[in-house]
Amino acid sequence: MADFTTTSLEKMSVVFVGHVDHGKSTVIGRLLADTDSLPHGKLEQVRLECKRNASPFEYAYLIDALKDERAQSITIDAARVFFKSEKRNYIIIDAPGHIEFIRNMVTGASRAEAAILVIDAHEGVMENSRRHGYLLWMLGIKQIVVLVNKMDLVDYRQDVFESVTKEYSAFLSEIGMQPLGYIPVSGKEGDNISSPSKNMAWYQGDTVLTALDRFQKAPSLEDKPFRMPVQDVYKFTSFDDDRRIVAGTIISGRMKIGDEVIFYPSTKRSQVKTIESFAAPQTDSAISGQAAGFILNEQIYIQRGEVAALAHEPPPQVSSRLRVSLFWLGKKPMLPKKQYVLKLGMARVKVQIEQILRVIDASDVAVSVQKNKIELHDVAECILSLHWAIAFDLSESLTDTGRFVIVDDYEICGGGIVLEALTDEQEWARQEKMLRDSKWIKSDVSIQQRAERYNQRPTLVIITGCQGVGRKRIARAFEKRLFAEGKFVYYFGMGSVVYGVNLDIKQKGNGEYRQEHIRRLAELANIMLDAGLITIVTAVKLTRLELNLIKTIIDPSRIETVWVGDQYSTDVPVDLQLPENEQTESAVVLLKQLLQEHSVIFRP
Amino acid sequence: MNHLDELESTGIHILREAYANFKNLCMLWSMGKDSTVLLWLTKKAFFGHVPFPLVHIDTHYKIPEMIEYRDQLTRDWHLPMVVGSNIEALEAKQTFPDGNVDRINCCRLLKTEALKNTINATGVRMRFNHATGRYEREENSQPYEGVIVGARADEEGSRSKERYFSPRDKQNEWNIGGQPPEFWNQFKTDFAPGTNVRIHPLLDWTELNIWEYIARENIPTVSLYYNHGDNKRYRSLGCYPCTLSVESEARNVQEIIEELKTGKFSHIAERDGRAQDKDDGGGLETLRREGYM
Repeated sequence: MADFTTTSLEKMSVVFVGHVDHGKSTVIGRLLADTDSLPHGKLEQVRLECKRNASPFEYAYLIDALKDERAQSITIDAARVFFKSEKRNYIIIDAPGHIEFIRNMVTGASRAEAAILVIDAHEGVMENSRRHGYLLWMLGIKQIVVLVNKMDLVDYRQDVFESVTKEYSAFLSEIGMQPLGYIPVSGKEGDNISSPSKNMAWYQGDTVLTALDRFQKAPSLEDKPFRMPVQDVYKFTSFDDDRRIVAGTIISGRMKIGDEVIFYPSTKRSQVKTIESFAAPQTDSAISGQAAGFILNEQIYIQRGEVAALAHEPPPQVSSRLRVSLFWLGKKPMLPKKQYVLKLGMARVKVQIEQILRVIDASDVAVSVQKNKIELHDVAECILSLHWAIAFDLSESLTDTGRFVIVDDYEICGGGIVLEALTDEQEWARQEKMLRDSKWIKSDVSIQQRAERYNQRPTLVIITGCQGVGRKRIARAFEKRLFAEGKFVYYFGMGSVVYGVNLDIKQKGNGEYRQEHIRRLAELANIMLDAGLITIVTAVKLTRLELNLIKTIIDPSRIETVWVGDQYSTDVPVDLQLPENEQTESAVVLLKQLLQEHSVIFRP
Repeated sequence: MNHLDELESTGIHILREAYANFKNLCMLWSMGKDSTVLLWLTKKAFFGHVPFPLVHIDTHYKIPEMIEYRDQLTRDWHLPMVVGSNIEALEAKQTFPDGNVDRINCCRLLKTEALKNTINATGVRMRFNHATGRYEREENSQPYEGVIVGARADEEGSRSKERYFSPRDKQNEWNIGGQPPEFWNQFKTDFAPGTNVRIHPLLDWTELNIWEYIARENIPTVSLYYNHGDNKRYRSLGCYPCTLSVESEARNVQEIIEELKTGKFSHIAERDGRAQDKDDGGGLETLRREGYM
């Protein structure tokens, strides 16, 4: 039988951070050389190269692999190096200390489970010593050991070590962090790297090597509530496969066959029927960390970005307004009113700043300033407003589903953690929907069976736009065409409900009940969709907030929004825009195309 | 979960992210052990399916067993196989074995150029037709926006600096000093038209991890990796004029693992037998900036 001794060891990623030129790469290079972790000939090769270029040998050259890095004697981008102690396998990430490459430092550090922060004894605590410390906190890295390096340059003096230690401890305690220890070292001379230094009899603590082994693996998230951001729903048809598999990586908790699963924010629910895998033994449960896949008892329509949770466990938060702490890495500042994209878990949504609460200089957290933009390397506390609600957790309760990045113009420009879920406009409707769904009288005929019988996917088509652009004319013609072609379709407008269903709140002229009218319209449409119909409604100048309300009540994947008219007069996002005065016939053709493209109806 | 479980899970997660975000996606399969592990992870990620084409850049100087193995597995696993080559350079004999260019330029033409043209669809793509059992010219090729590659950080210096999702510009070049940030489980999945993204699910794997995973999963590998009695085997596969076999008695996966852990190779880098690396100042940086995988 195979013997997997190295693989049974655990893996740990540790990042080295600190101010530029404080000697991170040198310490790592020395660590690799001293522990015999380098390929044979590598040391000699680098020594030879240095000789050829008439530059003194540096251990850092073992790590700084890029030509520009050696030429400038700085680390530009985070490198991964591999190294093994008796206890575990390490992936050591060497992060650059230069302010210009802070995005590379963040990239390297975000992958780490623990950090070694290097401070030059000679130069003392510098701007990036503090900035990196603060970013480690934001990145969620709680285990830190501080190395006071280049002790050889200060004659191995204890008082220098202690003064650096004191100054940096004061800074860390301001942000609520406590390092596991401070070690006086010299990367260049090899003091306290892999063996105790003979030059510092006054120090008896850990070496870098023993400190690494003292780091602990983060406690397993297996006992936390189950969370699986849905990465995709697969239905591959080759080899006659008819499985419909919900796939994703389990962030926390455990799940087993038979469990009742709820997907947020849609709150759709079903039970786990089977757990799927390829070339692995059958299993009836899955745990945090696994890239999993399962089949549900019912064929409910769920989308990438939703979060699967278990019915009997605490649910995630759902909102479109978040109070967050974020750091900005974009060259262009982050501005209020400008639209960005937020990615959290597998969700992706448009976002803008609602309010900047305060901006902190990451290198000096005591100072916070009022400003109306977030600039490169700033850390800010602010309120974000999302275009629609997503599911998440607060960062303090579950780190992985409580953090996000911001994308501007194809690039990730910032990241942050969620501090608080704030109430948004749809909160009451979400609560109402939860109640409605739990009390819903279930039919033995499923919506899928109806869809198959009628050969159409039940969908709400909302036709909106300004007054007098022909919304109703187009809606009627579209209904007539679909009906003539054998589809099961029904059109109704606001007028059909105002004098009946909505009699108690009949329009009082100034539109103060508009929201309630829309809610009732949506609830009626929801019943029609459940009956399997393609449902067409018309409404004047629908706004994004109103559409969000409808989407809270009705499964958003069943909604198509059409704007009639050349000019948008609201902020509603639409699936199709029809020009004003569009001929009825061509409007109908365009609408049919839309439904065909979105697989609501099928081409003959 | 042990180390291999974690590596597998991360790899699958990255593959699924790639599939969800890139409409035109492909995976480079060189028939080597790394990209074959990648192929296996793909089957795991998609529950037995391979939902994007596998692309092999054929220099026409590959060791014949590699091509046999490629076509055998293509048929057995019903793989969507696509082959691209720099036909112009081969016809003009602009190659190192023909004695007309040096090693670096041979790599540049037969691999980097061929890859670039295959990705952006200006070159000919030959697709395996499972009905006829032959490679046929692919019609209406679209540029690939995402290219999955089996590069590992421990292979050489410039690869240790890679991102999981690494953008390439319109010329397929890598701006190594200006890489975008990538943190937590959020990757660069937004890209400007005309650019493409290299995706590296195996970045955190070492050579030893690869062999241990091959052993654990029983993944079929090409016979060239093993000693068949002459005490020679290949540690890394490439073109025969530039790839040397090594002296080794290892006859199977288990013996290779032993050899890597405790034996003669425990301190010798894997690409030691690749001549082109040495011609590039001990690394592959120059070639990789221009688009080499």
